Amino acid sequence: MAAIRTAPRPSATAAPQAAPPSPARARRGRPQHLGRVLRDLGTAALVIAAALLAWEGYKALGQATGDLVPLTSVPLPVATDDAAMPHVWQVLAALAGPASTASDQTLLAYYLQQTSVTLREAAYGLALGAVVGVLLALLMRQLPWLGRASMPWLVVSQTIPLVALAPIVVVWIGGAGFPSWVAVTVISAYLAFFPVTLNTATGLLSADATHVELMRSVAASPLQTLLLVRVPAAVPSFFTGLRLAATASVVGAVVGELSAGAGLGIGRAILTAAYYYSLAPANLYAAVLVASLAGVVFVQVIALAERLVLSKREN
Amino acid sequence: MSTSTASTSTSTAIHLAGISKTFSTSSGDVVALDDIDLDIPQGAFVSLLGPSGCGKSTLLRVIGDLVTPTAGTVQVAGTSAAEARRTRQYGMAFQAPGLMDWRTVRRNVELPLQVQGVGRAERRQRADEMLELVKLTQFADHRPRQLSGGMQQRVAIARALAMQPRVLLMDEPLGALDEMNREHLQRELLRIWRATGTTVVFVTHSIPEAVFLSTEVVVMSPRPGRIASRIPVDLPYPRTDETRLTDEFQAAERHVRERLHAVLEPSTAGL
Repeated sequence: MAAIRTAPRPSATAAPQAAPPSPARARRGRPQHLGRVLRDLGTAALVIAAALLAWEGYKALGQATGDLVPLTSVPLPVATDDAAMPHVWQVLAALAGPASTASDQTLLAYYLQQTSVTLREAAYGLALGAVVGVLLALLMRQLPWLGRASMPWLVVSQTIPLVALAPIVVVWIGGAGFPSWVAVTVISAYLAFFPVTLNTATGLLSADATHVELMRSVAASPLQTLLLVRVPAAVPSFFTGLRLAATASVVGAVVGELSAGAGLGIGRAILTAAYYYSLAPANLYAAVLVASLAGVVFVQVIALAERLVLSKREN
Repeated sequence: MSTSTASTSTSTAIHLAGISKTFSTSSGDVVALDDIDLDIPQGAFVSLLGPSGCGKSTLLRVIGDLVTPTAGTVQVAGTSAAEARRTRQYGMAFQAPGLMDWRTVRRNVELPLQVQGVGRAERRQRADEMLELVKLTQFADHRPRQLSGGMQQRVAIARALAMQPRVLLMDEPLGALDEMNREHLQRELLRIWRATGTTVVFVTHSIPEAVFLSTEVVVMSPRPGRIASRIPVDLPYPRTDETRLTDEFQAAERHVRERLHAVLEPSTAGL
């Protein structure tokens, strides 16, 4: 492209000099991309190793000092016996073991099965939350007075403790005759819509002033300006909100399951493991571990979608 | 487009009478434009030249009906500026190319046609014609960010021309480019202007640029924005890099420079 700057007659010279940039970039791009993936994987492995070391190190320290901070009589914040802090390998062994005494399914397979139920609820909740979130943001952009009036209430809606709200939603939706996963989806959506609304609303206001003036100069209608300039300009912000919402929707689904009582899902499995904690402490850690990893995968899927959609805008 | 210009080349494309614009700010009213009269003939290339704050961009936007004057009337091809904007007589280009990074180069050029409701096939064909005019045909499917600044600005010019506007309004479109690119695009702009017959109003603060491009240079003075002098440039077209070296060009440039400095001196004397 620099070639264009110095070319006095572009008609003759532009084609051979300027055409190559994109293939050249693609050729250079692939190994760079692979290198980045490998580096990210390496970093992730290091973080996991550090976490395991910290867990086992803390446990070994507590066992050596009788749960006291070394050289003092100050007790450690968390006891380190096997009931409170099972070894990492005990947690892994529990996952590999049977789900129950009369089952030939491993605990890992059982938890993954339950997690898939929860992730489906979270996905529905995220979809519902994203739709509601975008519609609210558009409404607030088109009717600024409504936006100003409703924003405090939206903030309030997110400060109500979810554990207080979830049982009410379960009672209402259960009372209307819907299955319990519907209530869980609604609770998930309730947490998910807010970051989408907030970020999309900001994105809708971030349209380039030159673009807006250009649309005015060609006598575009307000709707055309909204659809052709403001909405596309808001897409990156929307995805930022969606990524936050993905995290929130998983939390919402798990907490929703805790309130919904009977049924399926990793939230209920966590609840069951907590009941029987004294019998099998490692099971609770195993359930939390599976739920956390599933949440990470879920958010990464959204992040990947974001990268695919926005990739053409960059470079 | 150039077919009808031969017979109407002496008629008035833009008529400004008694234009004033006052902006209300927190620190009081600012008079951006004060009683401006200006007639721009059909097919002319008129530069508005002056220091920052002289109201040249505001005047451009008054012509384009993007800013409503406090007083005075604007007529474009016999109708009001508002009517001219509604009937899409304007093409605009700004200092920033203002391309949309979510659209390809071709779809950027298509945008005004899309707003106008032109069908997909015709849109594409006209966009391709415009890209040919600015010599960017092979970049039609690129993204704006893959292009250099000068190429992006050529796309913006193609977009401004897409609706075949009667009037092209340009607000320092070459201001952010380096000297080489800038002179190259000046030649391109003259070529396009002569090919389309469009009336151009061009805001700049570069004296050589104004002289090289224009049929007439309008020098403006700041605070309040007024027309200080109107200087016809009688250099023959086509103008080339050799034109810049001629005595006539340099004499015209000196003349404009003197007028501009006469405008600046009262304010610089006070500093």
